[in-house]
Amino acid sequence: MRENTRQETLDDPKLQLALYTATGRLMDHRKKAIGGGKVPEYQDLRTRAAAVKRHTLDYLDVYLTQFEAAVQANGGKVIWARDGAEAADFILSLAKEKGESLIVKSKSMTSEEIHLNDRLIKHELETVETDLGEYIIQLAGLRPYHIVAPALQMTRYDVSTLFEEKLGIAKDDVIENQTMTARRVLREKFLAAGIGITGANFLVADSGAVVIVENEGNARLSSSAPKIQIAIAGIEKMIPRVRDLGVFLALLGRSATGQALTSYTSILSGPRRKDERDGPEEFYVVLLDAGRTKLLADKEKRESLQCIRCGACLNYCPVYRKVGGHSYPWVYSGPIGKIITPQFQGKEKDPWLPFMSSLCGVCAEVCPVKIDIPKILLALRRESQKSSDDAGAMKWFARLMTRPWLYRLAASFGLGWLGRKDGVWVREVKWPASSGPLKDWLAVRDFPAPPEQSFRDWWEKRRK
Amino acid sequence: MIYSVFMPGRVSIFVTCILDQLFPKAGVAMVAVLERLGYDVEFRKEQTCCGQPAFNSGFHDEARAVARHFLDVFDGAEHIVVPSGSCTSMISHHFADIFAGDTKMLQRVHAIEPRVHEFSTFLLNVAQTDDVGARFPQRVTYHDSCHALRELGMKDVPRRLLRKVKDLELIEMDTAEECCGFGGTFSVKFAQISSGMANTKVDSILKTGASHVVSVDSSCLMQLRGTLSRSGHKVETIHLAEVLAAR
Amino acid sequence: MSSAREEIINRVRAAISRKVGDKPAAPPEPLLRIRGYKLDEKIAAFRAALEALSGTVTETHSRAETQSAVKRLLDGRTAVASAHPLLAEQWVTEIEVVQSGLTGADLRNACASAGVGITSAYCLLAETGTIVFRASAEESRLISLLPPVHIAVVSSRRMLGGLDEMLSMIARPVDDSSAMVFITGPSRTGDIEQILVRGVHGPGHVHVVIVHEEDIR
Repeated sequence: MRENTRQETLDDPKLQLALYTATGRLMDHRKKAIGGGKVPEYQDLRTRAAAVKRHTLDYLDVYLTQFEAAVQANGGKVIWARDGAEAADFILSLAKEKGESLIVKSKSMTSEEIHLNDRLIKHELETVETDLGEYIIQLAGLRPYHIVAPALQMTRYDVSTLFEEKLGIAKDDVIENQTMTARRVLREKFLAAGIGITGANFLVADSGAVVIVENEGNARLSSSAPKIQIAIAGIEKMIPRVRDLGVFLALLGRSATGQALTSYTSILSGPRRKDERDGPEEFYVVLLDAGRTKLLADKEKRESLQCIRCGACLNYCPVYRKVGGHSYPWVYSGPIGKIITPQFQGKEKDPWLPFMSSLCGVCAEVCPVKIDIPKILLALRRESQKSSDDAGAMKWFARLMTRPWLYRLAASFGLGWLGRKDGVWVREVKWPASSGPLKDWLAVRDFPAPPEQSFRDWWEKRRK
Repeated sequence: MIYSVFMPGRVSIFVTCILDQLFPKAGVAMVAVLERLGYDVEFRKEQTCCGQPAFNSGFHDEARAVARHFLDVFDGAEHIVVPSGSCTSMISHHFADIFAGDTKMLQRVHAIEPRVHEFSTFLLNVAQTDDVGARFPQRVTYHDSCHALRELGMKDVPRRLLRKVKDLELIEMDTAEECCGFGGTFSVKFAQISSGMANTKVDSILKTGASHVVSVDSSCLMQLRGTLSRSGHKVETIHLAEVLAAR
Repeated sequence: MSSAREEIINRVRAAISRKVGDKPAAPPEPLLRIRGYKLDEKIAAFRAALEALSGTVTETHSRAETQSAVKRLLDGRTAVASAHPLLAEQWVTEIEVVQSGLTGADLRNACASAGVGITSAYCLLAETGTIVFRASAEESRLISLLPPVHIAVVSSRRMLGGLDEMLSMIARPVDDSSAMVFITGPSRTGDIEQILVRGVHGPGHVHVVIVHEEDIR
């Protein structure tokens, strides 16, 4: 399968409906979990969560080393990776050393970000995504459509076709059956795999613990069934204490899927202890930089690193709900993708990205850790102004708006040229207006014909 | 009818550029309402724009130039009333951003911030009335413009005023808080997305059976009416000031 | 020490302008919301929360009652039970179809084939209907995970108000255990069309039997 372009997405009524319905359901779940005074301390929780994250970033070196020492004390090992290649190299060499060839993986945006699967599969390591949505998009060869719901754009009919093609099973449009097919196929993989790779929602410095929040149980399986567990996480996932989970877990599940707690929250700290009955024999945490320290140095936009990947900003974003996840250049889509993609991937690459927003601000309103996404979008726009096509227009704008006589003159002639008429909406305008921004306006909607007199004309006449 | 308990004084109005040139009726209506309440309304002729288009596009030098002009024009005004949530927010929230680090200018900005009022908020908070004696016998729905809602926090203010309008029936649409898709230059740079957003909004407006969509921002109304007009719908858009001026 | 480690830590320090040895500020106080409940309130809340997630709650007041409650829930299916002493005390392990005392590969194979997994719990969280699992010599990770049905038999003494109360009682749940898991209802997914399906990887059915130990002497 291939990705739909932005225009294809906008033009496809079925996809529009799927996108609108799925994000709408997620919005409803969140509203039910938070709205109507269900969580009276909701705003306090947000404030505290943001403060804890900010604090942790301010002293990140302290917490990273504390975390490392605690993991070691628990019998695990911390691997530091400057980039995706270093993270993959570690996993490759470990698999080789241990003679393992099958890896089960639970959902991790961090691993998507560094294209871990591609890197591992290139070296003939079978790496199987086990989250249902991730499994589906892995079979389809697509990148995640949504941070929390990777196959959000796909319908049961798409899945039916995909399973027929890739798994050789008869077409079946029943979602329950499709889910059970995945359970059956993946259960065998879980029991056969030597390595389980998980992500981490939080890294707890005081305990050397990795916290994983999920609903399916595939992260529990990935971290319990294989002999070796590897957790891969960005360094910004740190929180100081286990007790901070009170705040973060109260926010994460509710913001993401409207759950007070998701089905499973695992606090994992090292390999199985001496007398424990099962669990991995080896435990590794890969701490990834891959651009994070660069962003950390940027005081104005540092708060982008507070994100806990709940996906609420995507679900509420009216732009995301129109264009879908594949209209964004990187694996992170929606408002959060819009602010971190330029910072991780380079601002020159897709200079239009921070402009693909009406700045409505709903993302900041629903963000559980209070990231001021519109503010960061504006900062990114500001940084891109040198390469902007608008530079000339903005110079004229400032000239016009600081010289009232010029403003009046331009308005009088410019709008006069369009033809003044009260209460009329037009579909076309005369050249040269027809070749400027008005052309794009009129491509999709009508424009008001300028009125017979402006407000200031009225005011002046009235005074006389 | 509860008229202001204060002695109404002089107010200076900032008729935003889009109102001045494209929707003067909303400005005229605002003047009518203010004068009905006994205010002495002044319009400073040198006024132009708040600078938001430059600010939102990332051009701070240009935004600062326009903002400085605004500050000069409205120097000494006791109350500045603005018929737009978006422009009000630009002045009272973002002027401080563009002059960050410039102590002298920040002093001027902070001095003007408390004196700038979005029109409906002015009626409630300063004129202290929610009933201006209007009559508008129509079924209307209210569109929360994003900056009025999220930056100025005015969910209730316009609705309180609308509820006091005689013979007016207010029907909430299910997506009242969703963006109309205007977003300044976004509406032309990403016209197809902008239009998609407007159409979602239009669907929910049509479901209410309202004859008019009311808002405190003419830019949103231009986006909505433009979209309604393109698809041949008769639903009108109207600025809150015009509803309040009607009798 | 690898060079990647040095480099990342140095980059972090440079980014936040911190020198080695600078004393960090204390983190903000943890915000824990703890409400006082009576036992019956907690049980009612637990029941409401778990039932809303399609789980069931049974209360028992004697060993015989516990045993028959579990039997009824087993409904003839085979089961594997953990080594938690409460299960033996409450005669659960005496049920014919229940295997217990397994270790190593036997345990893993039994979990993979059994119809039901039976465990106790470290504690229960009333507000969310959560079973708190802690890996130990008595409790295995896979019993509550591989079989399609999970039954937890737990003493009423282990009922707490909520997550925050538990966090306030133990600062480091990881001491002496490699895993703590909060199990809140059945395994579920919404990955296809956001339509809820239960039992995707873990158990699709969760039953909790609360034993009123205070009544048993």
